[in-house]
Amino acid sequence: MEVLKGRVWKFGDDISTDLIIPGKYKFKTIDFNELAKHAMEGADPKFASKVSKGGIIVAGENFGCGSSREQAPVVVKHAGVSAVVAKSFARIFYRNSFNVGLPVVECPEVVDRVKTGDIVEVSLREGKIKAGNKIYSFKPIPTFLMTILEDGGLVDHYRKRGGFVWEREPTK
Amino acid sequence: MGLTLAEKIISRKIGRDPSPGEIVVLPIDAAMAHDGTAPLMIKSFEDMGAKRVWDKKKAIFVIDHISPSSNEGTSALHKMMRDFAKKHGITLYDVGEGICHQILPEKGYVFPGGVVVGADSHTCTHGAFAAFATGIGSTDMAAVFASGRLWFKVPESLKVNVTGKLKRNVTSKDAVIYAIGEVGADGATYKAVEFTGNTVKGMTMDSRMTMTNMAIEMGGKTGLIASDSTTKEFLKGRIDVPFIELSGDKDARYSDVLEVDATSLEPQLSCPHQVDNVKPVSEFEGKPVDQVFIGSCTNGRLEDLRIAAKILKGKRVKARTIVMPASREVMLDALREGVIEELVKAGCAVGVPGCGPCVGGHHGVPSQGEIVISTTNRNFKGRMGCADADIYLASPLTAAHSALNGMFTVPEGD
Ligand code: SF4
Repeated sequence: MEVLKGRVWKFGDDISTDLIIPGKYKFKTIDFNELAKHAMEGADPKFASKVSKGGIIVAGENFGCGSSREQAPVVVKHAGVSAVVAKSFARIFYRNSFNVGLPVVECPEVVDRVKTGDIVEVSLREGKIKAGNKIYSFKPIPTFLMTILEDGGLVDHYRKRGGFVWEREPTK
Repeated sequence: MGLTLAEKIISRKIGRDPSPGEIVVLPIDAAMAHDGTAPLMIKSFEDMGAKRVWDKKKAIFVIDHISPSSNEGTSALHKMMRDFAKKHGITLYDVGEGICHQILPEKGYVFPGGVVVGADSHTCTHGAFAAFATGIGSTDMAAVFASGRLWFKVPESLKVNVTGKLKRNVTSKDAVIYAIGEVGADGATYKAVEFTGNTVKGMTMDSRMTMTNMAIEMGGKTGLIASDSTTKEFLKGRIDVPFIELSGDKDARYSDVLEVDATSLEPQLSCPHQVDNVKPVSEFEGKPVDQVFIGSCTNGRLEDLRIAAKILKGKRVKARTIVMPASREVMLDALREGVIEELVKAGCAVGVPGCGPCVGGHHGVPSQGEIVISTTNRNFKGRMGCADADIYLASPLTAAHSALNGMFTVPEGD
């Protein structure tokens, strides 16, 4: 996966799935483009109309906490966001993100150093983020998750391979 | 070196001792999706090109979140679930049957040593039966429906050791809220939370499930409690595998231990808008309340309804009070005992078993600026459908006393 370069959208700690996509929408439709109009609505009501393709969300601790709704990473991705960088993620959100093909990166060091409007570059394979003239490192994403991501998420992964990577290769 | 309860369950599945941080692939004993997550799971399953469900007996659908449906959009999603269930021959628990986390143990899907996945974050509830139970997303669930297996990172474990006798006005809900306040909303992220100690040992299954239910509110991957005679009694006649006693070893390695002294605990509240924003009820005594909700997979069980009925019997609530039993079984028991009658007479609005106001999807939505006391597990902004309502999480005891007085009330203690 190539280097992701984009404009930063900054958020705080504990951004819950209720803020990312309020529950009232998720029971009514699974049309992602419709749902994406409400992306991050609880935290910033105008986010979906402001963000342009390739934007990168940078947030604090525990991003995506709360419910297991996969609509959360889906709407973030469909709104045009290319990656989420946070100090930490809630576990289910983290898994879901790879499954829907949204790269998420834990890199606490960079978070407090950037603000909305900055441009950052994220190299997933190398485990590096460039912000201003500084480079920050993060623990590289496990290989089997990179495979899923590069296949475009778990659905395309299975279509392409007729099985799941974790059944074939020892997982690292 | 001994094993934590989580490690023990995993080791029985993989035939060797696991180490924390390691990725393992586990066979699944029960897989559940509800109306909030099943539609997307069906879409992923079909988009993957998967043909059949790996095991019809282990895959379960529940319609509980918007149940019965309140609008056409939701009805279409419910229909999609019914069609899929019929096509693949899997069991679907339809409207009125209750909340997924109550139904699964009642119907015998959960047993000690089992691995349970649910497309719902409160799947950790089932750990009360010494099962390794965790929430996953819809596409992960599609993978399970297709293959019956899934990858997991072996978690470290955080021990929450509760000892001593709880005061008369303090319940397991207060204990777990207190623990969340201490650990923090993300203090147990990626970890299993193992509840131990003589207080937990002395609790009913209803009370234990309240604790494991809220493990996710400290970020936990699962909540766990050792299985014993209380577990066995509950599961009798429900499960078709042999019951086993499982517990964490004395010399197991825990990443942290939180000691909770039950004897000194006071009734607790989770204050807006974070579950770990914990304060004693006494700080709010006398504050007016607009709506009280007693129900959910946290506190909608028979024991909780009994508590409410006992307090409200022969009296009249001063705040709008909604009660929803967690399942049909709970409702039937509560009907037989006269509990429902007392609640209805006291002015409560008693609804169909299901999630109800907990998730703010279809009814019981508070208005702007209103104050809600709820026995549920989340008080995030907008959780009950209105971003400008303040939700306080409490025990059913505190909720019922507050409903009666129309204001925050510390239940009578010792
Ligand atoms: S009762 Fe509330 S927390 Fe429990 S499953 Fe339903 S919506 Fe989720």
